Amino acid sequence: MKESLAIFQKEFKSFFYSPIAYVILAVFTALTGIFFYLYLSSFVEAAFMDMIRSQQYRMAPQRLNVNLMLIRPYFWNIALISLFTLPTITMRLYSEEKRLGTVELLYTTPITPLQIILGKFFAGLAFYIVLLIPTMLFQSLLFVYGEPELMPVLSGYLGLIFLGSAFISAGLFISTTTENQIIAAIGAFALSLLLWVIGWGANFVGPTLGPVFNYISIINHFEDFAQGVIDTSNIAYYLLFSFLGVYLSIKMVESVKWRA
Amino acid sequence: MIDVEGLTRFYGEKRAISDVSFHVKKGEILGMLGPNAAGKTTTMRILTCFMPPTSGKATIDGYDIFSQSLDVRSITGYLPENPPLYMDMSVTEYLNFVCKIKKIDKARRSKVIDTVIEKIALGEVRKSLIGKLSKGFKQRVGLAQALLNSPKIVILDEPTVGLDPKQIIEIRELIKNLRGEHTVILSSHILPEIEQTCERVVIINEGMVVAEDTPENLTNRLKGGERIQLQVEGDKDKIKSALQSVPEIKSMDIKAEANGLNRIVVESEKDIRKQLAKLIVDNGLGLMELSADRFTLEDIFLSLTTKEEEVA
Repeated sequence: MKESLAIFQKEFKSFFYSPIAYVILAVFTALTGIFFYLYLSSFVEAAFMDMIRSQQYRMAPQRLNVNLMLIRPYFWNIALISLFTLPTITMRLYSEEKRLGTVELLYTTPITPLQIILGKFFAGLAFYIVLLIPTMLFQSLLFVYGEPELMPVLSGYLGLIFLGSAFISAGLFISTTTENQIIAAIGAFALSLLLWVIGWGANFVGPTLGPVFNYISIINHFEDFAQGVIDTSNIAYYLLFSFLGVYLSIKMVESVKWRA
Repeated sequence: MIDVEGLTRFYGEKRAISDVSFHVKKGEILGMLGPNAAGKTTTMRILTCFMPPTSGKATIDGYDIFSQSLDVRSITGYLPENPPLYMDMSVTEYLNFVCKIKKIDKARRSKVIDTVIEKIALGEVRKSLIGKLSKGFKQRVGLAQALLNSPKIVILDEPTVGLDPKQIIEIRELIKNLRGEHTVILSSHILPEIEQTCERVVIINEGMVVAEDTPENLTNRLKGGERIQLQVEGDKDKIKSALQSVPEIKSMDIKAEANGLNRIVVESEKDIRKQLAKLIVDNGLGLMELSADRFTLEDIFLSLTTKEEEVA
């Protein structure tokens, strides 16, 4: 596993050597920041309206639920922004090696495809966690000025990390199939989007396929996490999904050696 | 040390190499010579376990390239045609990374890197970003990577391609210094390079081995007769009629040069330099230059590869 660690370190560092990482970081932070501001403003507005109303009718003000009105939709929002952002993280993970010709180094040194892919997968995941840090700072403001429940926030982040690992494994697989980063990004985005929206089709495909579509849909399993419910079946889904993506990537790397 | 038996590789329908066999002894430098697209890179990629052969067998230091690929990979160093470099790393960072994936212990790593940097003379650029280095230095970093942990086998694919003459000489010197310590396979389509650096030559054309021998033996093999070059002052026709009187001459070629000089190439069965000199002087012509012209590897290469084309 030392070799995987070497690949992980190399890959994680190389994110920060390229300007792409900073652009992704800036855009992701800006978007999640703007949405946080919008959600917060509308929450504050709702709270004010409620205060005015309670004074007019001389009633005790309602206690608005921050978790329900702000944190839960915000997690959905981060998940959606991740859908657009993660393909830009995964696009270079493997195709860059192909383009530079460094696969010749990797294939001719005593390192196995399993070690290469695991290193790269976790490097992508680690970078995604770095992306999430600013959103944690935004949400911590809520704890300074209010009293939201902590557990749903933690489970929401756990859900995002699982969701991210599923997206990354899919993106990594697409990246192993091409040396072109643009194709890798578009392919990863298309695959992720398809897996996201497949649940919408569940209503139209009849009673047998419907539940299958619903189960495959990557975002359906996120819902519970955003609500603060940690369900092992959802964890199992994401683990299985990531495992499959990593497995297919390894097979893809091995098959390149075999292609005649 | 390296035994290759009947390697064949197809790319789809296209046959890249067929039935390639050769042997390399320990400490030897073997040159693989052939025109572009002859199958040199394919052979090297198979030997370095980059891809498996369609059929055939090769062992490196007793390890099979197919079933014991990890063992093979840990005793070989490979420099592909385009050095596999990460442009955003510094030289030491890169070598450190390669050390890690080559499973060199942490304790030995810095010593291993220092040794290689000294050997390849990379000291002045060790902290520079690889992307900012010149082509020559990039090639050296690639070579350094291949030599980390002094592998028993070093395989170099066109190590001097695209370099300027000074860099070419430097890389050649580095390769010559590997003799004895490492077993080296080196490919090139440039003949003087192979002639200067290698002890044995395998000539590959259209995926097949057409000759395998030392450069000297190959030269002798083709050296059926003597070839003599002359530069003579005088009338072209007069020279021609004078030379025609010598029965030993098999063929001759006279080209007029500037200032009334003529360049003549004569092929004969024996060494007839003495007779030629006398003949020319006796005929009142001016002998400016006379030299025995040995067949070079270039002639062999051309004759072997063109013969091959005629057969096909």
